[in-house]
Amino acid sequence: MNEIRVLLRKEIQLEWRQRYALNGMVLYIVSTVFICYLHFNLNQNLLNPIVWNTLFWVILMFTAVNAIGKSFAQDSEGRILYYYTLASPVSIIASKIIYNSLLMILLTLTGFAVYQMAMGNPVEDQAMYVLALVLGSIGFASVLTMISAIASKAGNNGMLMAVLSFPMVVPLLLMAVKFSKNAMDGLDPSVSYDEIAILLSIDALVIALSLILFPYLWKS
Amino acid sequence: MKLAWWKILTILILTYVLAMGLAGEVPRQAILNETVRNLYFHVTMWFSMVLFLFMSLIHSIAYLRSGKIESDDKAVEYVNTGIMFGLIGFVTGALWGKYTWGSALPKDPKILSAAIAMLAYFAYVILRGAFEDDQKRARISSVYNIFAFVIFNVLIFVLPRMTDTLHPGQGGNPGFNIYDNDNIMKPVFYPAIIGWMLLGLWITTLRIRLRVVERKLTEN
Repeated sequence: MNEIRVLLRKEIQLEWRQRYALNGMVLYIVSTVFICYLHFNLNQNLLNPIVWNTLFWVILMFTAVNAIGKSFAQDSEGRILYYYTLASPVSIIASKIIYNSLLMILLTLTGFAVYQMAMGNPVEDQAMYVLALVLGSIGFASVLTMISAIASKAGNNGMLMAVLSFPMVVPLLLMAVKFSKNAMDGLDPSVSYDEIAILLSIDALVIALSLILFPYLWKS
Repeated sequence: MKLAWWKILTILILTYVLAMGLAGEVPRQAILNETVRNLYFHVTMWFSMVLFLFMSLIHSIAYLRSGKIESDDKAVEYVNTGIMFGLIGFVTGALWGKYTWGSALPKDPKILSAAIAMLAYFAYVILRGAFEDDQKRARISSVYNIFAFVIFNVLIFVLPRMTDTLHPGQGGNPGFNIYDNDNIMKPVFYPAIIGWMLLGLWITTLRIRLRVVERKLTEN
């Protein structure tokens, strides 16, 4: 537990010292939203609520793949060897998942703020929508952390990260889009219990798998 | 040429299935008519595919536990056979859909889920191409294979049950059992499942042997 806390602090400090990665991701999300604004909002009639919702999730998915895809790329061979002697693989993957979840929640909420400024906000039930965003972010972070570890072992090319991750995030994305659509229409929260349950169980499943399988990746 | 007993059994069963499947008696149903025969050639493909992907999962786990490269050979060949059966499943399904649903590729959650699951396994094959070293390739692709199988299960067995599907047996559509009230399809359907599975097993064992021979040749 203590190990995880130290590693998590290390991740955050590292990010804070070389802020360009964080700033880069924020800029990425802002410029994507701006492109969407140019294409959709200048012709108002194109943007119905379903497109509004789906577009936002697609932006989030690409942001997630890019932001988390580099989470193992930063560590050089030597540094990985150094961690290997210091910490257990379980605490390394746990700290990475927690850190990426926090990062994704931060990016998602920033993105949401920018997105609703540019594209308007047709959401009826704000609290549930934000819950959908948070659950979706945690899901993205947990799936993509493991995939990024796999891709980093295969020489870290961006194409591989995309190919490996898209089939894996689709179930999550489907549930998240459905859940957030319910929140957007202001339906009673009880309608979405199924989706919430499935989102949470996918998250739990993937995190459990990551904790079990990461030690095998780590060995090489 | 001497064949093992189960290979002779495969030939006998499949001869019986082909003869009875194409010429045998089937229940007369509106719309379905003769297309109900697809039960022997489409549904069985998916059953076999699930079996082969499951076998692959077992061999991947075995590889991670033992480190024997032979387990990885088996895992990849089971995936190849699984993909082949999946593709045949798509084609037979599309043919059937053309005559009963009026479209070879309707918007159906089961078809979409199956397509995404196939993408995950294509990604597995591509991931394998990214490594030079046998042991490293085996370890990392085994990890991805286990991940892919879990997501595959979520896609095939959980998500389609969340929505309505056109497929028989779900979403208010009657299953094949209701059509087959005289039990005249079961004597062909059950052997068909076993027959196609045995055929797949046969193909896989041949390919595994080929792979082992190739490895022996390149080592010397």
